[in-house]
Amino acid sequence: MKVAIVKYNAGNICSVVNALNRVGVSPLVTDNPEELLSADKILFPGQGEAKNTMAYLKEHKLDQLIRDLKQPVLGICIGQQLMCRHSEEGDVDCLGIFDVDVLKFRPQRHEDKVPHMGWNTLKQPKDALFKGFEENEFVYFVHSFYVPVCAQTTAVTEYIQPFSASLHKDNFYATQFHPEKSGNVGERIIRNFLDL
Amino acid sequence: MALAKRIIPCLDIKDGQTVKGTNFINLRQAGDPVELGKAYSEQGADELVYLDITASHEGRKTFTSMVQQVAAQISIPFTVGGGINELADVDRLLNAGADKISINSAALRRPELIDEIARHFGSQVCVVAIDAKQTEEGWFCYLNGGRVKTERKLLEWAREVNDRGAGEILFTSMDHDGVKTGFANEALAQLADSLSIPVIASGGAGNMEHFKDAFTLGKSDAALAASVFHFGEIKIPDLKQYLRNEGIEVRL
Repeated sequence: MKVAIVKYNAGNICSVVNALNRVGVSPLVTDNPEELLSADKILFPGQGEAKNTMAYLKEHKLDQLIRDLKQPVLGICIGQQLMCRHSEEGDVDCLGIFDVDVLKFRPQRHEDKVPHMGWNTLKQPKDALFKGFEENEFVYFVHSFYVPVCAQTTAVTEYIQPFSASLHKDNFYATQFHPEKSGNVGERIIRNFLDL
Repeated sequence: MALAKRIIPCLDIKDGQTVKGTNFINLRQAGDPVELGKAYSEQGADELVYLDITASHEGRKTFTSMVQQVAAQISIPFTVGGGINELADVDRLLNAGADKISINSAALRRPELIDEIARHFGSQVCVVAIDAKQTEEGWFCYLNGGRVKTERKLLEWAREVNDRGAGEILFTSMDHDGVKTGFANEALAQLADSLSIPVIASGGAGNMEHFKDAFTLGKSDAALAASVFHFGEIKIPDLKQYLRNEGIEVRL
């Protein structure tokens, strides 16, 4: 199986490479259109800031390329947010794959610390990414912006308010949390994605 | 359900090997930081901290390659600290695969380092460790692994660290460290009340109740310990079950 990771100006891609290596896959990290289009599975991970990463994607014509992909795509963290319509982070229009806008967490109490960082649970996980999952399994999050619950939400997490832990539309999948840092639970999600 | 309180074993590393002895059975090499980290991860540790206590240049290189091995083999977040003095050190360790870095003396000597790390790599990677000791005039911060007293007061410094953009504070009470009579819960609660970032409690864990107290009385977001885990005095699955039974949200 040919697995590609979209190369762009976001950090922390090496932990996704490591996670894929642990399940026996050697991914290609590339921004070459032909290599991306010919991959069986594509991951779009990373940590970064929405406005800068979106500008980079546009400049390198990766924005239209990602929208047109037909194979299964998994966005992770900033990848998920960039796949939405618009982000409050830098007030920027994003890829518009998911019909929802990204918002900033607004603490309601002193205990509501931002970023939301650490292990939290998945509620009502549904669809192929969560095959074999039970209610309330823990995954690892680090983020200050969130995707509200919408028609394309496939799992919900509660922090300050309920938000989309994951999304799915057609061939596009996305998680706000980091499966590559979520221990055995995360590894099951990566395997489920590779099995699609 | 809410964000889980985190349990964090800390491993001291010298020349690529764990320093403190361990009681882990079924480990091919008890001194191997990667094997030990894996064992903790499988037991349910939420994060790991690797502290480089080597002083030599050669030791630093060994530590960096150990970080690469940890990143390749362990699927939970980990923080690395020890000997980080400038952005280039942070860059090297993050490139090796660390999720967060921890700075201590370097931040006290040049507080702008916190701003720089937050700006270049994001607040979430920047943990600032604070070693402090209580005197009649209050809590004071210490440098160089607790060997040099500064005039910085704990709360003032912690607020400054917070405002400069650190992602977390790792607070060690030097009075409690190694004594196994519980964490410095009063100081921890003061920190939690005055900061907007998470606080990791460190120093003083002797039994399971001490962890509960750090989360309830001390209002900590995470608790770190070394010897009670390394010597098998507290097993992480037992600790987490106990905390869950006590009504504290933990990842099981």
